[in-house]
Amino acid sequence: MNTITKQQALYKYSLRLGDNALIHSYRLSEWCSNAPILEEDLALTNFALDMIGRAQAILGYAGQLGDMEKTADDLAYRRGEREYYNNLIIEMPNGDFANTIARLLFVSVYEFYFFSELQNSSDPTLAAIAAKTLKEVKYHMAHARDWVLRLGDGTDESRSRMQAAVSALWMYTGELFETDEAAAILQDANIAVDMPPLKEKWNAIVRQILADAAIAIPADEYMQTGSSKGVHTEHLGHILSEMQYLQRTYPEAIW
Amino acid sequence: MVKPKYTKEEIISLLSVIPDPEIPVVNIYEMGMLHDVLIDESGYEIVLTPTYTGCPAMGIIEQDIKLTLAKQGIKPVKVKLVYDPAWTTDWMTEAAKEKLSRYGIAPPLHSSCTSDVFAHNVIPCPRCHSEDTVIISRFGATACKSLYQCNDCKEPFEYFKCH
Ligand SMILES: [Zn+2]
Repeated sequence: MNTITKQQALYKYSLRLGDNALIHSYRLSEWCSNAPILEEDLALTNFALDMIGRAQAILGYAGQLGDMEKTADDLAYRRGEREYYNNLIIEMPNGDFANTIARLLFVSVYEFYFFSELQNSSDPTLAAIAAKTLKEVKYHMAHARDWVLRLGDGTDESRSRMQAAVSALWMYTGELFETDEAAAILQDANIAVDMPPLKEKWNAIVRQILADAAIAIPADEYMQTGSSKGVHTEHLGHILSEMQYLQRTYPEAIW
Repeated sequence: MVKPKYTKEEIISLLSVIPDPEIPVVNIYEMGMLHDVLIDESGYEIVLTPTYTGCPAMGIIEQDIKLTLAKQGIKPVKVKLVYDPAWTTDWMTEAAKEKLSRYGIAPPLHSSCTSDVFAHNVIPCPRCHSEDTVIISRFGATACKSLYQCNDCKEPFEYFKCH
């Protein structure tokens, strides 16, 4: 017996996709003017731009489901932490450059396979946004792989940092493939992506890239979880307090 | 009920003068962004396909369209963004690619160039047509371009990424 309707499921599913794009964009934007070289400043902020566009499209869609009449901005600025469904790995602080790249690799390979499937969704809007996003994610993934190889195959310092980043973030990768009630309902309607085959594909390519970079692959031990229930690390609250400051202080402010 | 005064072809021809805000040598029609014009008794609907989901030029293009048609007294006008079908660089006309090349931007390869995600493609220099070029930065000043340099004429140039 389902505890939510199909429309509520679609709302939550869309929020998760939109929140992942929004919060990852926020994190990458923090590199603006701080990246190690100019080319990386351009690359990371370009990804952030792709992601903010994706967030706008998906949250805009979520806000129009049923008779909600909410804008993408309403959803971005007027939800509390417990109403956000982005994966935990997305909200983790940037750390050093290797850490940001490790996350980009894990997430972009995941998104590559995810949106490859979602473009065949029976929901025409999600399918269209997925087809568009897929083109962009290919560039994110190629870039992340280049850097993982370069850092892993670089100096002792760069390899140890790359290794530390992969080891630290590995426990956040299991959550990407979780299925909750919303996803299960939508999968029955051929809207959502079937996760187990995705995890296999992700594992194959990520393990290959790490092996090529001479980075040891961590054991699949305890995996962090919580975001599908809106349970986050302390980091999301700090992001939202900054991101939502203006709309909370001056509600309805426009410019 | 009012009969619309302009045909789809006339509207497209009016809008074809609107330049791409980021690459002003090409217009929105030859770039394939102006997807369709729907006309009925309630007015004119201009259908745009965004090049990139986060393309900041879309807002400017929307304004330009409204302004261009308002000047001709054409109303009411609605501009709609659609993601389906997804814009691809394959929609650029040959004329647009030629203009890009003369402007110093290497035009996009066919969209299948990312079918092998990790492949590095050969991008010929738009100035001397040498194929001995090297990528300097996968990302450039706008979301749609990468930065290359030609090893023969030594000039740096932008490449419009295939999409
Ligand atoms: Zn040259």
